[in-house]
Order: sequence, then structure tokens, then C-alpha cells
Amino acid sequence: MKSFTYERAETPAQAAAAASKPGAKFLAGGTNLLDLMKLQIETPTHLIDIGRIGLDKIESMSNGGLRIGALVRNTDLAADPHVRADYGILSRALLAGASGQLRNKATTAGNLLQRTRCPYFYDTNQPCNKRSPGSGCSAIAGFSRQLAVIGGSDACIATHPSDMAVAMMALDAVIETVKPDGKTRLIPISEFYLLPGKTPHLETNLEKNELITFVVLPAPVGGTHVYHKVRDRASYAFALVSVGAILFKDGSGKIALGGVAPKPWRKPSAEKFIQSGAKGFTAKLLEGARPTNENAFKLTLVQRTIEGILTENRS
Amino acid sequence: MMENENGSGAITRREMLAGTAIAVTALAMTKVTGLEAVPSAPTVTPVESEGVSFSVNGKAVKLEMDTRTTLLDALREHLHLTGTKKGCDHGQCGACTVLVNGRRINSCLSLALQHQDDSITTIEGIGTPENLHPMQSAFIKHDGFQCGYCTPGQICSAVAVLEEIKAGMPSHVSAELKAPVAFSNAEFRERMSGNICRCGAYSNIAEAAAEVAGVQG
Amino acid sequence: MKFEKPAGINPIDQLKVIGKPTDRIEGPLKTTGTAKYAYEYNDQVVSPAYGYILGSAIAKGTISRIDQSAAKRSAGVLAIVTAENAGPLQPGKFYVSRFLAGPQIDHYHQAVAVVVAETFEQARAAASLLKVDYKKSKGSYDLESARDSAQQPAPAEFGPPPQTLTGDFEGAFKTAQVKLDETYTTPDQAHAMMEPHATIAKWDGDRLTCWCSVQQLNWGVRDLAIILGIPKENIRLIASYIGGGFGGKGTVLADLVAASLAARAAGRPVKLALQRPLMFNNTIHRPKTIQRIRIGADQDGRITAIGHESWSGNLQGGRTEPATASTRILYAGANRLTRLKLAVLDLAEGNAMRAPGEAPGMMALEIAMDEMAEKLGMDPVEFRIKNDTQEDPEKPGRKFSTRKLIECLQTGAEKFGWQNRRAKPGSIKEGQWLIGMGVASAVRGAPVTKSAARVRLNSSGIITVETDMTDLGTGTYTIIAQTAAEMMGVGLDKVMVKLGDSSFPESAGSGGQWGAASSTSGVYAACEKLREAVANVLGFEPTKTQFSDGKVIFGDQSVDLAGAAKSAELVAQDEMTYGGLSKEYAQTTFGAHFVEVAVNAYTFEIRVRRMVAVCHAGRILNPKAARSQVIGAMTMGVGAALMEEMVVDKNIGFFVNHDLAGYEVPVHADIPYQEVILLEDIDPTMSPMKAKGIGELGLCGVASAVANAVYNATGIRVRDYPITLDKLLKNNV
Ligand SMILES: Cc1cc2nc3c(=O)[nH]c(=O)nc-3n(C[C@H](O)[C@H](O)[C@H](O)COP(=O)(O)OP(=O)(O)OC[C@H]3O[C@@H](n4cnc5c(N)ncnc54)[C@H](O)[C@@H]3O)c2cc1C
Ligand code: SF4
Ligand code: FES
Ligand code: FES
Repeated sequence: MKSFTYERAETPAQAAAAASKPGAKFLAGGTNLLDLMKLQIETPTHLIDIGRIGLDKIESMSNGGLRIGALVRNTDLAADPHVRADYGILSRALLAGASGQLRNKATTAGNLLQRTRCPYFYDTNQPCNKRSPGSGCSAIAGFSRQLAVIGGSDACIATHPSDMAVAMMALDAVIETVKPDGKTRLIPISEFYLLPGKTPHLETNLEKNELITFVVLPAPVGGTHVYHKVRDRASYAFALVSVGAILFKDGSGKIALGGVAPKPWRKPSAEKFIQSGAKGFTAKLLEGARPTNENAFKLTLVQRTIEGILTENRS
Repeated sequence: MMENENGSGAITRREMLAGTAIAVTALAMTKVTGLEAVPSAPTVTPVESEGVSFSVNGKAVKLEMDTRTTLLDALREHLHLTGTKKGCDHGQCGACTVLVNGRRINSCLSLALQHQDDSITTIEGIGTPENLHPMQSAFIKHDGFQCGYCTPGQICSAVAVLEEIKAGMPSHVSAELKAPVAFSNAEFRERMSGNICRCGAYSNIAEAAAEVAGVQG
Repeated sequence: MKFEKPAGINPIDQLKVIGKPTDRIEGPLKTTGTAKYAYEYNDQVVSPAYGYILGSAIAKGTISRIDQSAAKRSAGVLAIVTAENAGPLQPGKFYVSRFLAGPQIDHYHQAVAVVVAETFEQARAAASLLKVDYKKSKGSYDLESARDSAQQPAPAEFGPPPQTLTGDFEGAFKTAQVKLDETYTTPDQAHAMMEPHATIAKWDGDRLTCWCSVQQLNWGVRDLAIILGIPKENIRLIASYIGGGFGGKGTVLADLVAASLAARAAGRPVKLALQRPLMFNNTIHRPKTIQRIRIGADQDGRITAIGHESWSGNLQGGRTEPATASTRILYAGANRLTRLKLAVLDLAEGNAMRAPGEAPGMMALEIAMDEMAEKLGMDPVEFRIKNDTQEDPEKPGRKFSTRKLIECLQTGAEKFGWQNRRAKPGSIKEGQWLIGMGVASAVRGAPVTKSAARVRLNSSGIITVETDMTDLGTGTYTIIAQTAAEMMGVGLDKVMVKLGDSSFPESAGSGGQWGAASSTSGVYAACEKLREAVANVLGFEPTKTQFSDGKVIFGDQSVDLAGAAKSAELVAQDEMTYGGLSKEYAQTTFGAHFVEVAVNAYTFEIRVRRMVAVCHAGRILNPKAARSQVIGAMTMGVGAALMEEMVVDKNIGFFVNHDLAGYEVPVHADIPYQEVILLEDIDPTMSPMKAKGIGELGLCGVASAVANAVYNATGIRVRDYPITLDKLLKNNV
């Protein structure tokens, strides 16, 4: 870990202003950033601890939606009565992620911004375009079982590892931010994540040092909420694939996937095929997939997981 | 009969608990000894240091140290509270679990500096050999450990898990999100999954916790 | 004391303390965080410096240059050790690994340098500032492609002969009425013990003390002396508690060497722990195997030919994974073949992991038995029982000292409810889950070996046992205390056990399932001597003196034991050595594993629902600790069956998933309630303790019982471990 200076911000404005310092990074829970700093995958020279800037409340909005503070801990978000009642998919996704200890620390914004678990990204001896642009991708010809089957590029096939973000994607969440100059903006989650293309080191639409302040959920949409995370061990493991689904009585639904792409994967245009069954819908949802030999099973697995969800929740 | 080699783990703790506050400084010294040692050279990498105060097991502590120090290393290397273990240093095993303001976290993925004014409980604060916490007694009775390395983390976690269940927090295996939750073998196992035990004492740990929770495992 | 004839009645048979499910005596220390592990001796070393290892960034090649300038200027740096300034280093006796690379690199993450600094943070940061220029060369990393180049290895210590032939295997197999010829693979596996390899090294002049995490302190001292080129007498190793080993801390590894060199270079004591992401490629592991099994039987299910060949790879000079060991002894059959082949690979060293050979061998053999039973249309339990043998199948006439495999299988079947299993796969469904049941036999050798101890009696009547034996969670503290208490006729509260110090008498150490049986026998021998000394002091006839309830009784005289040490502490030391009984008898432990799994019909996620194990492993010294050994092993077996694999990147030449997030081991949620039945067994051919080991037996067969259950649930046979859902999807036709 490289040496860094540390400051504890007290307000969002203070945090945002401090972000203009060279080499600065926000420290929320730290469960991803410190992990990566120990391995020198991240090397900030200044840390702004935002753990105490407030933004740790969940507010109900007049339209029935929720405005979730960026610093709300994953545990608290999952246990929130409104979330449990109206956004079950979000509770379920959060509870399927990481461990009790990590969820006590992990924050809403930090979870959205956690970086890939590609094993080559994690080993600084290996070429990795995401970690050091232009060095090459070790994973494509290497161990790619966990990695993306769609949305990747010749430069990178990493997946986004978040469970929470999959639910946020199905819920059409909106991300609220403030920049160092105090300007705020709203970014729909569907526009938040970037695909790797030739620049896999660029992962989101956030500007450098833009502070996430809230994540806004639209009014509840009802329906049956399901989150099925498929993994090798029963808990404390990242998804091979995960399916977050909101299913309505009329057979329609909203479905997002984790573990298959560099971002939570959703294609609203495909969702009209949900009624026609898992096979047709998956074909549309994963149209253009380019799996490797090692991860091609994910295509079948997604279809079968969706089939299970549709069958078990319609009977 | 069992006695720790020279019993010093306990002494260190008692010393620490005796003082109202202790200050530990771990700034770089430049003294060089030894044949193969590096000749003194100007330091190019600055060491940033900061102060932090929090309480550990009810006693106030003030530390001045390298900003990079994790809560785990502050406890183990600076306060010599070695009951909290380092298994992976990357959030992947749970051996470093401590309670911060009553909630369990992995102390390896937290900077000590993030804990200004926090109240930290480590295994040494849960109970002592002379005055065991019921969870510790139950672990002994049900043989919920073998090598003992994951054990402090397991116990801190188990104590917190029973509280989380009491507080009605749902888990991945809760059948209903809206209904109240109760202790069950499946609930306990899911919630404890962030504490790896390679010796494989899981089945016994679940029985120990069931006894403390007052339920049949 | 030499053990040459089967044991008669002796004080252990009183079973006042031995055989009781006593709580671990170190429990209050371990559960309160007061038991101290290698890195935690803060009171013994004042202001230690911190060491940090930089691992090689390439798998094979040479170091052309190390630019240390930036690292040396980094804050707090005290010394940097590389092959250039370390002095000559020899390999130890048990591992072939070289613990400091240079100029050659033998494998990925081999230590290239050790940086010593004032603090951990400084050492870690400075290590990253070392600029190493490498010249890569081509290596061999893939066992499948190296398979044809594999050679028959030289016979090695601790392992079966490289080839065994009994009768005419090829002929009998050719003419067998029912045949199986299949190939199975087991992957590279990591011990993944929770305590990383760690050492604090301290020099006083030319004497070296290391607080370390080593299972065999005698090997540790021997190897460290050879490696550093210093006299054995100058080394003291201390390992009072070890945070798990499973064979992965057998003797000296990189942490001990690096810390010792670093402490010498810095002129300060040095603390050093291997960072977790380094452990997988730096230390040792259980190597991958490819196993071909051929079984021929007659229509009635009697095995006529059984052949087991296994290929593994290792660094030049490394050991062979002896996967054929169990096949030599488990089932009957007149015509037999086993063969080991070894290829050279440039991966980290393969070496012992819990039940080396037998664990991976049984992973293959017991699937093969399941497949064979199906071909024969027989129940898998019946098929195994039918092929039981009461004598060594390679040496007709040589008896097993005790063997109740049949009883293990029958007892387990009954407890488990085996009769509810349906032979036709995929027959039971509950909701979206397919339910399956599987069985496997368990077998593991029962070695026992030389072990010494010292016992002291003081004027308060306290017995203190000293031996360099280690406790890695095995319950050693407790069973040794039980042994001494039984022998001296006192309660456990009067016994103190001191372990894990190489200055104590040399024990068998912890490995190969020999620890419990051997170390307690050493304590038995020392206690015999102490009993004699006590009797002599009191003027009693030693052979007619009894020790009971804290009293020494001779005829109608009864004296407090403490009284014997009134004027001076009594000290006795002895070792137990062995004659030829292990040649005369096949000494082995047996068991059976039963597993029920649920497999999700859509996703093929596999979850273990029930596990029952039955073990037959000599006298059980402490049923509570023994049961824990078994449930722990069953847990490790679930990992082996369903998730554990160090994945080799064949281009780069390393284990890719080198941390505990990438290398998955079972978590709480994976493990159901586990039932263990310990069958009554007293084996007087072993030692006066009449005990055997059990910690490795518990692992042998578990993974194949899971595999067979998955097959029974789904009808999909996977022969390559771990059995993951992608393999089920692929073979689902
Ligand atoms: C062993 C392990 C297993 C895990 N398993 C899972 C899993 O199964 N599923 C899953 O979803 N996750 C998993 N996680 C990841 C975990 O969820 C994330 O580490 C966590 O959510 C990150 O939150 P944090 O607050 O700790 O982020 P930090 O580490 O503090 O920050 C992460 C990043 O976000 C930036 N950031 C944080 N807050 C803001 C803000 N308000 N504005 C702008 N930038 C910000 C930081 O600068 C940093 O770059 C696992 C982690 C570990 C260690
Ligand atoms: S897939 Fe992406 S993250 Fe992984 S090695 Fe390739 S470029 Fe790096
Ligand atoms: S040491 Fe913190 S989780 Fe492993
Ligand atoms: S007791 Fe050894 S890891 Fe849990």
C-alpha cells in the first residue's frame, strides 16, 4: 500500500470540495478500496473518509419512491422495512452478497462502484487492460470461467461483481451526484455503467471525483420479487450468474442479470418476450453473446435459472 | 490444567486495561543495525501519520500511527491484542471479526483512522479464561473449534448473529422478508458464512450457538 | 521402551480418563484469544522489525537484475535480503523447494527478496518498489500434456512402491465378465489453513530461536540447519499453537527461512507472515492427479482384477502423489496392479496434504466402485461388502490387525436410511430439488512411530509433560493430558502439558495420522519410568505398585503421590520405539461415508443435506476430539467434491485463483449436521495405547460419496473433480 494523507470529511460539500486534490479518492466502507490498495491496484495519495458525512438515511419521497443515502450500509438497506415490503428484489440481492460483516460496512455507493473480481486484475504481475491500459488481457486466453459472456470486448471480459446493482438495474434506480464545484446531477442506472470497448479502465459515467450522494428508487411497481444467485458454494461467494426478476400477474416482468457482463445486464426491449418463456427471452436478452469455451455454460445456466424462476413463481 | 506459555497474553491485556489511555507511536526510526543493513539514505517515501482515539473493550485508547494501519494491525501490532486474528487480510475469511459499536466487521478492511470515537469489542472483551462468555463456554462444551485460529472471529460473529436475529434482521435464507425471523440451524449457518473454519468445526459451532440461543439445534 | 509384542492389560485399560469425551483443556485459551500463535509473541521479542516477501512475477526463468535503489530509500527500510547477499542455502530434506529464488526461478511466487522495515506497512510498501528484471524461459505446467513424458519414480519414504503386481492383472481383466475402464482427475488443492505460515526469528549470537508454525519440529530443526548451514544444536523452534496445518506446514517453508535471514541481516528480531495471496503459489499443495482405474468382476460381483494407475507432476526431484495406496489393501481380487508415474512440472511443489495419496486415490476408486456396482446391477453397499477381504490382498496370509469395514458399511447404511435410496438415478424429487444418496468406503493406513516425552512430578502433585509434539487442532494437548492422568492415577486438573518446543524430547510430530497414537505412546513410556521412580523413592516394589486417585498404593500402604516428590522433583524421560508388528499385521483404519445431496433441477446447484460417517480406528482416546477430527475431514471432503481447485493458467504457469475468495473452501452454509459413529475397536498390535489415528481417515472417501450422491440425484456422471454445475450442464444430454 502506498502512503497517503487522510482527511475525515464532515459534510458532503466538504467531501466534494476535497476531491479536487490530486490523487484523492473517497473512502466509504473501504471494503473494496482497501483490499485493492493493499495490492497496489489502487494507489490514491489522499483519502477522503466520507464515513461520517451523513447521507446515511433512507427517505421516503412524495411519489412513493425512496431516496437512499450513499452511505447507507448494505445491512441497513436490506433490513429497511420499506425496502423489504416494496423492493424485495433489492433486499434479496443485498443479502445474497458478501457476508454479514462486509455488509455491515459496505455502503450503497461503494457497492455500485466496486471493481471486478477478475483474478488477473487482482494480480499485478499479469497484464490487464483494466488495471494498466494497453498491457493486454490475460483472461481471454486464460481462466475465464467467472467472466463475461456478453458486453465484453477484445480488450476486457471482466464482470461487474455487484449483486445490489442487479436489483437496482431491474428497479430503474437513479444515481444522484455532486461534483467538486457543487453541481449536482441525476444519472439513470441504465446509463451509469460503461462497457469496456477499448477503454476497460473507464467503468462508469461519473466524472473524476464526482461524489454519489443518493440512489433514488422510483415508486414501487409491485409484482413478485425474486433474486436467484447461482454459485459453487452456498454463501460468501460471487455469482456465476444471478437473475433478479420482478414478475407481474399478467406474465410480464423486468429481469436483470449479474455475473454475465461488465455491468448488470438488462435489455428492456427483450422483456416483451418474457411471456413467451425462458428460452425465447434469454435468446433475446443474450443476443450477440461471445462466451469463451470456459464460460459458455453461462448461456444455458441463465436460461435454466430464468426457467426455474418463471415456473416456480407462476404456479 | 492449562496455562499459556508464560501467561503473557493476559498480562498485556491487563496492562492495557489498567491505564486510562495509552499512546503508541510507530513512526519510522532510521537507526540501522546489522551487517547487511541498508546504509542510511534520504527517505523518498514519506510516512504519513495521524492520530486516532477510540475505545477498546471499554478502555480509551489513543494511537498515533501510519495512516495505512488497519484496525486489525492496530489491535494486534500496536495494542498487542492478538486475540483478533489475521487469516487473509483481504476480507475473505472472517478471522479478524470484531464488534464496532455492537456490529461485527472485518477489521482487516478498515483503517484504524476510520474508527475515531468508536467503541470496539474484541474477543478479549467478550470474556476471559476466568470469566467466560456463555458463547465461549458453549464453544468449549460442543468442541466448536480445533486449531482455534478462526475461533475468536467465530465467537464475535456468533454473538452478533444472535443479536441480529433478535433484532429481526432478515438473511438470504429467510423464507419471508416481511415476517419476523427466528433462530434456526439454516439461519445461523447462512449468517455465519463469512467466518471460514478450515478445521471444519461448523456442525459443532452451530450446536454451540443453538444452546446459547436456547433452541434445539 | 520398545513395543514388540501385542499389548496386554495395562493402566490405560482402566479407562478412568482415557476414552472420555473430555473438553479440550486449552479451550478457555483458544476461545478467549489467549492461546498464542507464531506471530503473536510480542512479549518475547522487543521491538521486532517486519519482513515482507516479494514473490516471483514469472513461473520459470532467471533474474537478470534487481534494482533496489527505490526500495532502499523507502521509509523505515532496514535490510533487503536476496540470493545475492543471503549466503549459500541448501534445500531441506523433505521439500525440494528452494526458498529464495535467484538467479533461477523455479515457480511462480517463489521468494525473490525479503524486505525488512520498522513496520509492516513500510515493509509491504518497500517490497513493491523492488524492480526485478526477469528473463522468462519456457516451462511445463499442464499435467495432461506432460502425461506421456511421465516416468516411474524411485521408491520414496511414506508412500507405496511405484509399481505393484499381484497375479496376472492384464490377463484377468481381459477375460473378466464385467469390466470398467475409466479415467478420473483430481485437481491441485490448497491446504488453506486459517493461520498463514508465520515466523518470528531472533538471533542471539549464532543461536537462532524461531516462533513458528511447523507440524514436525524435529524435521523443522533438521531442515533449517541444513538450509542455513548452521548446527542443529543452535536452533530452537517453538510452536505452542498452530492455526491449522493439514500437512501444509510439515517442516520449514519460506517464512522460516526468510525470517531467519532477515533477522540476521537487520540485526533485529523479525516477524514475517506469508501474505495470503502468496501462499498458494509459494508453498506446497496437493498436486493434481490423472487416475486410470480398471476393475474386472464376475457376474456375481466378485472382483477378479483391479488396476489403478496414477499420474502426477512435480518440480524436479519432488515427490509423487501416491494415489494408488488404498487400492492395494481395500478390496479382494487375486489379480492386481498399481502404478505411479511422475512428470516434471514447473508449478509450486506438490507435497503432503491430509491423507496424501489416499484422499485423491479414494476420490477416484470409490466412484469407480459405484460405477461398477451399477454395471453389475448391485447395490453399492452390497458390492463393497462382497469384496471385503480379511487378509492383505497382496500378501495372502498377512492378517489385518483389526478390520471391520463390513460393520462400518452396515452400521452406516442403517443409521443413514440407505434402504430409502433408489438405484435408478433421478428418482427422487422434492420441489425443484433432485435428491440423491451416495456411499463410499474409507481406508487409511495407521502408522505409528518413535516418540519421546519427559514427565515431571513436583511436590504439589502436579504432573508436567514435555514433548516437542504439536497440536494443530488435533486435540493433542488433551489426549496427552488424559494419558498422563490415567498412567499416574490423577485427575486432569493435576496435569500440565507443554508442547511445541524443540528443546523438549523429540516426538513423532503431527503428520500422516500418526500423531495421536505415537505421541501418547511416548508419554506412556515416560510415565512408566516415572511410576518406577516414584515407587523407588517410596521404597515400593515398582511392578506391584498401583496409582489411583492421587495415591500410590503398595500392598496395604497408600501414600499421596505428591509425597514422592517432597524432597526433590522427580523427572523421567523415555521414548517408545517399535518392533516388527507393523510388518506382521496390516495395520489400517476403516470407515464408511454416507451422503445425501440435493441438486437443483434447473441450475444444478449442489447442496449437501446429510452426512453420516462410521469409523473404525483403534481405541478412541477422546471421542469428542476424535469426532471433531472426523467432521472437519468430512467438511474438507465436501470442499474437495464440490468446489476446491487451484486452477492452472497453462500459458503463464501459475495457480490463478490464489486467494480465499478465488479458492473456495466450504463455509458454514455448505455443511449440514454431521453424524459420526465411532465403532468400538482396541488394537493391541499398535502400542500400549491400542489406538490409531483418525484425522485423515475421516477425509478418505467423503468426496466420492458426494460424487456418487450427485450421480444418484441426476444420472449425470462427472469424473473430474470438483463436481461443479457447469460440468453437470455439459454432460446433461
Ligand atoms: C470477500 C468479499 C466477498 C464479497 N462478495 C460480494 C458479493 O457476493 N456480492 C457483492 O455485491 N459484493 C461482494 N463484495 C463486495 C462488497 O459488496 C463491496 O466491497 C462493498 O459493497 C463496497 O462498499 P464500500 O462502501 O466498502 O466501498 P469502498 O471500498 O469504500 O469504495 C469502493 C469505491 O467506491 C468509491 N466510492 C465510495 N463511495 C463513494 C461515493 N459516495 N461517491 C463516489 N465514489 C464513492 C471509492 O472511492 C472506491 O473507489 C465482497 C467483498 C469481499 C471482500
Ligand atoms: S478481463 Fe479485464 S480485468 Fe480481466 S485481465 Fe482482462 S482486461 Fe483485466
Ligand atoms: S483477516 Fe480479515 S477477513 Fe480474513
Ligand atoms: S478451528 Fe481451525 S480454522 Fe476453525
